[in-house]
Amino acid sequence: MSELPLWEVFVRAKGGLSHRHVGSVHAAGPRMAVEAARDVYTRRMEGVSLWVVPSDSITASDPGEGASLFEPAADKVYRHPTFYVVPDNIKHI
Amino acid sequence: MYTVELSKRHETEIAEDAGRRAAFESRVAADEFIEPKDWMPEAYRKTLIRQISQHAHSEIVGMLPEGNWLTRAPSLRRKAILLAKIQDECGHGLYLYAAAETLGASRDEMTEALHSGAAKYSSIFNYPTLTWADMGAIGWLVDGAAILNQVPLQRTSYGPYARAMVRICKEESFHQRQGYEAMMQLANGTKAQRRMAQDALNRFWWPALMMFGPPDESSPNSERSMRWRIKRDTNDELRQKFVDVSVPQAEALGLSIPDPDLKWNDERGSYDYGTIDWEEFYAVVRGEGPVAKERIKARVDAWEGNAWVREAAMAHEAKRAARKAA
Repeated sequence: MSELPLWEVFVRAKGGLSHRHVGSVHAAGPRMAVEAARDVYTRRMEGVSLWVVPSDSITASDPGEGASLFEPAADKVYRHPTFYVVPDNIKHI
Repeated sequence: MYTVELSKRHETEIAEDAGRRAAFESRVAADEFIEPKDWMPEAYRKTLIRQISQHAHSEIVGMLPEGNWLTRAPSLRRKAILLAKIQDECGHGLYLYAAAETLGASRDEMTEALHSGAAKYSSIFNYPTLTWADMGAIGWLVDGAAILNQVPLQRTSYGPYARAMVRICKEESFHQRQGYEAMMQLANGTKAQRRMAQDALNRFWWPALMMFGPPDESSPNSERSMRWRIKRDTNDELRQKFVDVSVPQAEALGLSIPDPDLKWNDERGSYDYGTIDWEEFYAVVRGEGPVAKERIKARVDAWEGNAWVREAAMAHEAKRAARKAA
């Protein structure tokens, strides 16, 4: 028998927070995946909402290319507020 | 028979709606967040789509006045900073469009509403940027005013909007600081540079005050938006806060606020300020701002001129998929 499809599980811990990836489950379809995710990842009230996404629908960046992919942000310190000198007596900036 | 059946169903629906509406009202009153799949009144959804998309449009149109100085920035440092800031505004627009899309608005619909004039954006971007000092004044005042508006929105009742605002506020701080730093440099520079800084303050002060929207008594939707926790402070409260924090900042620069009626009020613990020219505000909102037509034309030209890029990207992807399938 072939393996049941794999689903990635995302849990919203409480209203106002975004869903966060917690792990995965095997299930025949989306409904079964939600129920399995509930049983596996929210047995102790860990969430108020679940997302399940077929694992093969996720395209990930290549970890091997991570250095060059994120390198452009490395030399732009001026994107940070602390780069700018504003005297201490100036408030609310 | 048929009509009786229909009206019966209608009544049940109304009763159901009343129940859900009451539950919704008590959730927002308890400061709970509303998420995309939750039931919400149609008016809540519509108000949010309008507010979030107009906020997004403001970020996108807001790139244009600054883009005007990109090729003429006085140094490579200033150019890199300005470019990074404009890039951020674009990103902020995208976070907000994405939040509006969770309410069922499509990106094309929103773009079309901006281009046709059906949707508004912040009136401040319909003023021209005449000198380099305007880049400083915009960062200091316009982004300063935006921050005051946006900080309370991090706790707005609609989850995706609130989360977009958290990201935006985190990134916004550099915008204001770089602007103030640029103003400091001009204010401590030559006589001509000081004059340029003062002139920018003169031109942007009143439009910045108008950014908070009409006075409370003429803001008809404010009360409902406050009840639904879409808004958390009134326009006038935020405007007063802005005046109170900005005056000492201007003083530190040695520049003067162009308002003869500006005066500290000991009793209120706040500054009194002069009357805002609301006629001008409404005219700019109606699209009669000095460069309103130019702004929309720039957006429409960009959208139409780049249509081939979107088409090419889709065609390329389709070709790739076909090759993979073969």
